[in-house]
Parts: sequence; C-alpha cells; structure tokens
Amino acid sequence: MQDFFAPFLAWIPLLPLLGFVLLIALPLFHLREPPEAVSAVVGVGSVCLSALLTLLIMWTLFLNNPSAVLQVSLWQWLKVGALQLGFDFYLDWLGMAMLLVVTGVGFLIHLYSAGYMHGDDGYRRYFAYLNLFVGAMLILVMADNLLLLYLGWEGVGLCSYLLIGFWYRNSANGDAARKAFIVTRIGDTAMLLGLILLFSQFGTLSIRALNTAAASAPANNLTVTLAALLLLGGAVGKSAQLPLQTWLPDAMAGPTPVSALIHAATMVTAGVYLIARMHPLFNASETAMSAVGIVGALTLLLAGFSAMVQSDIKRVLAYSTISQIGYMFLALGVGAWTGAIFHLMTHAFFKALLFLSAGSVILSLHHEQSLFSMGGLRRKLPFTFGCFAIGCASLAALPFTAGFYSKDQILLKAWEYQGGFNGIWFTGILGALITGFYSFRLLFLVFFGNDGPASAQCKDANNGVMTLPLSVLAVLALFGGLLTPPLQRVFTQAPAGHAPLWVEGVAIAAPILGLALAWLLFRHNTSPMESRGKSALEKLWFSGWGFDWLYHRLLVQPLTSLARINRNDILNSIYNGTAFICRQLHNLLSTSQNGLIRWYIASFTCGAIIFLALLVVL
Amino acid sequence: MTPFSTLPAIIAILFCGGILAWLSERYFNRGSRQISLISLSVAAALLATYWPHLTDSPTGVWWDSVQINWIPRFGISFSLAIDGLGFLMLALTVLMGLFGLVVTWRDIRFRRGFFYFNYLWTLAGVVGVFTAIDLFLFFFFWEVMLLPMLFLIAVWGYEERIPAAIKFFIFTQASSLLMLLAIVTLVYLHYSASGILTFNYRELLNAQLTPGNAYWLMLGFFIAFAVKLPALPLHTWLPDAHTQAPTAGSILLAAILLKTGAYGLLRFTLPLFPEASAAFAPVAMSIGAASIIYGALLAFAQQDMKRLVAYSSVSHMGFVLLGLYAMNTVAAQGAVMQMIAHGFSTAALFSLVGAIQKRLNSRDMAQLGGLWSSLPKLSATALFFAVASLGMPGLGNFIAEFLVLLGSFDSNHWITAIAATGLIGAALYALLMMQRVFFGGLRTPEDAQTRSPTDLKAREFLALISLAAGLLLLGLRPQVVFDIAQPAIARTGTLHKKAPTATSQISSPKLRLSAWPDTDHRRGNSP
Repeated sequence: MQDFFAPFLAWIPLLPLLGFVLLIALPLFHLREPPEAVSAVVGVGSVCLSALLTLLIMWTLFLNNPSAVLQVSLWQWLKVGALQLGFDFYLDWLGMAMLLVVTGVGFLIHLYSAGYMHGDDGYRRYFAYLNLFVGAMLILVMADNLLLLYLGWEGVGLCSYLLIGFWYRNSANGDAARKAFIVTRIGDTAMLLGLILLFSQFGTLSIRALNTAAASAPANNLTVTLAALLLLGGAVGKSAQLPLQTWLPDAMAGPTPVSALIHAATMVTAGVYLIARMHPLFNASETAMSAVGIVGALTLLLAGFSAMVQSDIKRVLAYSTISQIGYMFLALGVGAWTGAIFHLMTHAFFKALLFLSAGSVILSLHHEQSLFSMGGLRRKLPFTFGCFAIGCASLAALPFTAGFYSKDQILLKAWEYQGGFNGIWFTGILGALITGFYSFRLLFLVFFGNDGPASAQCKDANNGVMTLPLSVLAVLALFGGLLTPPLQRVFTQAPAGHAPLWVEGVAIAAPILGLALAWLLFRHNTSPMESRGKSALEKLWFSGWGFDWLYHRLLVQPLTSLARINRNDILNSIYNGTAFICRQLHNLLSTSQNGLIRWYIASFTCGAIIFLALLVVL
Repeated sequence: MTPFSTLPAIIAILFCGGILAWLSERYFNRGSRQISLISLSVAAALLATYWPHLTDSPTGVWWDSVQINWIPRFGISFSLAIDGLGFLMLALTVLMGLFGLVVTWRDIRFRRGFFYFNYLWTLAGVVGVFTAIDLFLFFFFWEVMLLPMLFLIAVWGYEERIPAAIKFFIFTQASSLLMLLAIVTLVYLHYSASGILTFNYRELLNAQLTPGNAYWLMLGFFIAFAVKLPALPLHTWLPDAHTQAPTAGSILLAAILLKTGAYGLLRFTLPLFPEASAAFAPVAMSIGAASIIYGALLAFAQQDMKRLVAYSSVSHMGFVLLGLYAMNTVAAQGAVMQMIAHGFSTAALFSLVGAIQKRLNSRDMAQLGGLWSSLPKLSATALFFAVASLGMPGLGNFIAEFLVLLGSFDSNHWITAIAATGLIGAALYALLMMQRVFFGGLRTPEDAQTRSPTDLKAREFLALISLAAGLLLLGLRPQVVFDIAQPAIARTGTLHKKAPTATSQISSPKLRLSAWPDTDHRRGNSP
C-alpha cells in the first residue's frame, strides 16, 4: 500500500503549482484576460484535487495506522562535497495533519475567494498567487530535508508578500507587504545560519538524521542550543512572535481570504510546525525550550492586550492570531507537542471561519472595517452572525467547542510541566481570560447594540460559494475537537497525568469571566473607547506596545539616513580626490609655461641662484 | 593538435563577424545585426561540439587544447585550452551575447555596424580570456576586451558617458598594468630559478617562489581581478560604467566582463600562489563580506534604477569573492554558480531597465511608479528577476549564495554570519525597486505621458522567459553545473596545501565539509 501511494505524494504540491503555471500562462494563449470562471476553475480545482488526494491517502493509509510513513525521492538536488540533498518528500502523521489543514482549509478559502474576489481586475493573478502559496506550503510541510523546507518557507513568504500587496495601486499596501517580507527575512536569515551551523556540526540536513543525531548529542551542547535558537529565530519571524511580530497586524492590508489562509490558518503556523518537526533538537537543549515557552507566553499576553483595544475588525483578529500562536509556542515550550499541533488545527478552523465571516461583513458594508461604524448587524446578516458567533466561542474556548479541547490540553500540560502552579500556566489562564474578553467584545461591537453609521448601507454579500465554506468551517469550529490527530507515534511523550479538579475549573471559568466582562463593559457603554479619549495604557496597547515606534527609531531611521548620507558613495571621493589633485598639479605646472620670455629668464635666474647657493652651502 | 580546432575557430568567427558587421554597414548599410546573430550562433554551435565531454568523464584535465608558437624567443605561444570551468564561462558568454543582441535588437540606430563590431570584439576578447593558458596571451585578450567595451560606453552611452568611459578605462588599465608587471616578474623569477623562459600557465604552476615574492605577485593579480569583479573599494567605476553604457553594453559588462575577474582569481591567482592566497584569504573574505553589505546598502540608497542594479552587482559579486577565498569545494562551487546565476539575473534586470527607459525615457525611480497597471508583462518579468536577485530558493542565485555561505562558514564563522545579513539587504533593495517602479499609483515622466507605452514585445519576452527558465533550472537541477565544474575546481584545490585555519568560536568536531581532495593531478595535466 505504501509503495502504491508514494508516487502520488508528489502530486499533492504539484497540482497547485501546475495551477499556478497554468494561470500565469493563460494570457499567453489568449492575449486577453480569460473569463473569471476559467481562473476560478483552475485555481480552486487544483487545490480541490490536491485536497481529495490528501483525503484519499489519509483514508486508505493513515487512518488506521498511527505509524504510517510515506516517502518519495524525486531527484538529486545537490551533491557538492559532503552536502547531499534530494528533492525528497516525507509524510508521517504530523505532516498529514498539516496537509489536511493546508489542503482542506485551503480549498475552502479558495472556494470562498471565488465569490469574494468577484469583479476584481486581478482575479487571475489572485488565484495564481494563492495556488503558488498552497504549493509552497505543501512543499514546506512535506520536505524531507531542511533546505527543501526552507524553499517552501521562503516560497510562502514570497506569496504572502505578493498577496498583502495584492491591491498594489495603494502604496500603503506595498509598504505593509515589504514590511512583512523584510521582517520575516530577518528571521529567515537566522534560520539559514542555523541550517549552516547544523550542517557543519552534523554533516547532514536531513530532518530525521538531524533529529536522531541531536537526540544522542550531549545534553545542553552549546552548538545544539545555538542552532535551535537560530531556528527559533526563523520561527518567530514567520509566526509573528516577539520580537518579530510587528508585521502581522499590517499584513491585514491584503484581501480578507488571504488573511484567513496565510495570516491565520497556515503560513503563520509554519514556525510551530518547524519546532514540532525538529522537536528532538529542541528537546536536547533546555535553554531553547524555555526560550520557546517564554516567547510564547509573552507574546500571547502582549498581543492579547493589544487585541482588546483595536478598532479595526481585522486588526483584532490579527492580534488574536499572534496571541493564539503564542499559545502554540507556549505548548511547544512545555513539551506539549500534540497540544500545539492540535491547537494549530482547531485554530485554523475557527480563525479561518472568523476571517471569512469578517470578510462577509466587510463586503456587506462596502469595505468598511472600523468596528465603531458597525453594530446591530445580527438582524441584517443572520447567517454571518451565526458563523461569527461560533468562531468567537471557539476562539474563546468556551466548553465543547473545538478551541476548548486543544487549549485545555495545553493548559493542563503547562500545569504539569513544573508539577503545579507556575508562571507559564498562569500566563495561559490570564491569556484565556483576555481571549474571552476581546473575542466577545468584537462580537458585541459588530453584531449587537445599535446600528452604526455603516450598518445602514448593509447589503448581505454572501452567495453560494461563500456560504458553503462558511458552513463547513462552522461545523469544524464546533466539532473539530473530536478530530484529534493520532500523533502519539510522532511525539513520544508521557501520557497526560491528572491535575486537581480546580485547575480544570479555572481553565473553563477564565474565558467565561472574560465574556462576562466584555458584556458588562458593552452594556454600560455601547460604544466603548470611541466617545471617551484613550488612556495612555490603551494607546500603548493600541499601538502594539510601541514596537513599531521602537524599531523605526532604532533600525529603520538609522539605516535609511545612513543610506541617504552615503548615496554618492564616500569611497568614490578617494578617486575623485586623486583626480582633483592631478588636475590642480596640471594647472600649476601649465601656468609656468606661459610663453613670456621674461618669466622664463626670471625663473632661470632664480633657479641658477638657488642651485649655486646650494653648491656653496654644501 | 591541429591548428584548426574549435577554440581558435570560435574566436576567429567572432573577430571576423565583427569586421564583417562593420563592413556591411559601410557598403550595404544593413545586415550588421544579422551578421552578428549568425556569428554568435555559429560560435554557439561550435561550443556545442564539446557536448560529449559533459557526459563523459574526461581522462585528461583539459577537454581540448591548442598550442602554436607565437614569439618563441620569449617563450610565448598562442595556446588555448578548455575545461569544465572554461566551458561554463564560454557558454555563459555566448548565451549572454545572444541574449543581449536579441533583447536590444532595435535599440541601436547610430553607427549600427560599428556598434556590432565592438560588441563582437568584446565577446571575442572575453572568449580569449576564458580559454588562454599562456599568460601573455591572456593579457593580450584582457586588453582586447577592454577597448571595444570602452567604445560601446563612450559612443552609444547615455548622458554622462564620456566621464564614465574614462573612469572605466583608467581603473581597468591601471590595474591590468599591475597584472602585467606581476606576469613579467613571475616569468622572470621562474626563468632565473629554472632557466626556462615561458609564459605557459601549466609550466608556471610549478614555479618555486619565496613567500615574500609570491605574496606581492599574488597581490598584483588580485588587484587586477578585484577591480574587474569588482570588490570594495575598487568598485566605483562600475556604477558609472553600468549606468551610462547602452543596454547591450550593460548586459555585456554585468553578465560577462565581471566574470572575467572571478575567473581570473579561480584560474590564476589561487593556483599560481596557493600559499600566499591562503595567507591572504581572511582579508579577501572580509573584502567579500564588506562588498556584499556595502553594495546592498548603496543599492538601497539609489534613485536611478540602473544604478540600483549596478550596486546590486557589487553585492552579489561579493559572494563570489567570499566563496573563492573560503578555499573549499562547496564554497567554490557556490561561487561558480553565482557567476552564472548573477549573469542571468542581472542581464535580465538591465534589459528590463533598458526596456523601461526606451518606453518612458526615464529610469529615475522618483518619476516612475505603478507600471504594473500599464505594463503587466514587463512588470511580472521584473518581479521574477527581482525575486531571483534577492535569493529566492528554487532559483539559481539562492543555490549559489547558500553554498558560498555554507562553505565559508567552515573557514570563518563570523565573516559568514556578517555576510549572511546581505540577504536582508538584498530583500531591501529588490523590493524597494519593485515598490517604487511597479507598484503604487501610475506615474510616468511628464515628457512620456502622451504616449501609452507598449508592453514587452514577443522577442523581448521570449528572450527574458528563456533566462527565467534557465534560472529555474539552475535552482532546481543545479547538479549539471556542479558536475561540469567539479574537476576544474578540484584541480584548483589540489594546490591548496595549507588551508587557512578557521578562527573558530564554536568547536565543531564533526566538521565534514570536504577539504580539497588530495590528488596529484597537478603535474600530470598534459593536453
């Protein structure tokens, strides 16, 4: 069975890539822009096929066999000196879980996009980029060696750049896109150095070989720690964690389905996947593990506070994404590998649902995104309201939603991690409260209360291709908690022990408390934070803790002014200076040749006198 | 060896094609482009006869060689030879020559025949440089490629062409004077030690030099090649020359002429003075890293699109220098790959800037903007090559830069880590160019607003697409190139008896980067 399916494995990423090639090549045959239907069929169809293929492989091979593994070698990529890399794919249950998310949620979002992007003059370009993204993401997930993973890693970064700046006529979108690419590139460069360090240490870049070698390396080896930290650099860049989180809120400049797919469900969780994939390496270093946990805990709190005060519907969701990925990093840091991947899955469901329903709201309100222009929409957009409410419940991890199961697993593991009360666990609980607050604040502001200024012009923009993905995602966000991927063979970890009952109780109570707080605040002030001025703390939270300001002062300004000062290349002045001196000397000497006899006689006489004087003196 | 073998034929075809092109202008007033196309195609066909060598594992070191006595009194002979490295460089030369010709097919109106005379003679000189294994002959071709290039800049260039041409000439001339001195001294020292007066490369490889002498001679060669490369701080001729040269000239300069410097380092400086080079390696690697970062910073600061691409060349060629002086196979392979990939991507970017300038009469990024909406094909192509130049995995440039960094990490951790930040710099300038020229609201210079620019023509588009396909091939199946270059690089490596000691901060006991393989091909390389 495994041999039978191996050749098909390559088709999973290949199909979206073929879709991309077809989409960019279409005008070559046509000369004119093809009709939207053609682009949609190619774009959505290719991802659909790839999702079906994934499902087929899962059903026949992986479902009953937790230790199933598929691998295929396509070709020898590089063989230089000791470096040997193949274009090889490898699939186990960890990869399978990711594949299901990427192709499944990816397909739903593609389908939604077919309706959402209707009438846009870049329709074909949009689907081309989106297909390229899915292809690159699948390569990232299935790569058997780190360089191939890096190929997918950079590929998704490129697509993210292209799609954030998709509406290129507005140069603010372009700035956001460049910011996203460059900030993640900083992380990626660290990651590349990590790859190089790993190779120079272990002589291989194969993920499995590295993991085996790292597991047997002496504990807390300095090189292993350094390599793990460099990989973490890549992960925090891609997953928008501290200190490289600043790009994600700006990335909301892209079309909303793009935010759903790339900046919520798939690409931004690549960092989580990377660490989970390399978990033996991280396990080998306590420093790296605690770094991962601390980054996660800090990020989830800071981003949560920022999410509480945002006024743009998409920015709330963006900060909440950062915060939720913080949960995943926290989980990784305490060794809850399964919990992290499980939360990655459920987060993909409910965050995609939230973004897509937010997209419907935005489209219905003619591209209005300010929360304070909305309000009372539950009567006008009942279906969207239902979906959004399910999404919010799942995000806040209310009991029996998908988000509850995964977050609960993480919090339990965090409790056990140090055998009782500890800072990481407490951060997680505090974060759960904050999550409950901001998700329901969002829901209330958009759908409850009085009509806002934009609500009057509301016109339900949902159509068939948009409601179907929303319904499926709503079901997944509700019941996705039952779809635990069998990862016990990938991550060997001790089975969860039992925490005191009150720990469980606190975990359930925290989001409900958040909900109640949000309701109280909403009841007492139907338009909070708009009428009254912001306090200094709220301003700080609103700006994302001033990181943008700090980086602008610390990095961007010095660099640009340095570049501006040196625009004409200071080194050039060496040569210009030489040329100048030569020219001056030339002028000096040529004045002595003025053709006047008396000058010549005078200088001749002077010279002779000096010469004679020298003779006499010496 | 018969004198009428392939290598001299390629050079002769290009020389004769050039003369014919000039004459055709004089007497028929047309046909010079067609003659150039034919002679370049014939040259390509001749080069393709070496195809069997690619799959065979050749027994000798050189695939083919020619030796004719020229000035026997001084031990100077007309001797050419080709090996894997030479083949790659020749293929790059001929392909880029064809690309430059096709993509600028309609650009030249003034003295067209003389233009193509200079174009072909430059190429002929470069082919000579890449095949000569007599040092005197090498120097001869080195000069031959300069003068026609000078004319290309000075006659057909843009507004500031004369100062740029003079600067180009002085830099290259002054540095090649140093090389000439070094060559003559090397030959003299070899003569006084062994009693044999010869300029033959293979003989001179055995020259016994005192370390002091070797160091000075090495510097002479190094400076000449570093100017061409160009490396900091000898790079300042390049932005001016590139910017002022006509598009075809910029393509020649960036894609081919810069590579002669890198080739010279790999073929001559490293093997002739192995110990001196090893001692010099930390300096050279630092220069390489500095070029990477300084070039990127300057590219980021530019207003003129062409200058931006020119400074990006400084940055990219820094990787070549870094890789060559890391003194191991991985880095050297990366450097060779970078020579080819940079040739492709930069040639394409220069041709795109030329296409924009032709359509809109400007390459000032302050005057341009939002071209995607009016020139989608051109903009998408530019996006591809900008992305290639910022080192996107899957394309050739990434493979090259990765291997260079991987290899040089073995030699020096810190220089490598610093050089790696150049990858961030590349993203900065490449995306800045995309943003300012192609994205944002549509902006075209005032004098061009009446005309609506036409998108890429099929001819331009096909030429660019084939380069794009080439880069993709280099990124996904680079092994072909590595296999071709491997014997030549391994042979260079045998000469490095003393690899530089890594100034290692991190102990790496299991370091498995291959050192230079220790075979004794060195003396047994008769044709």
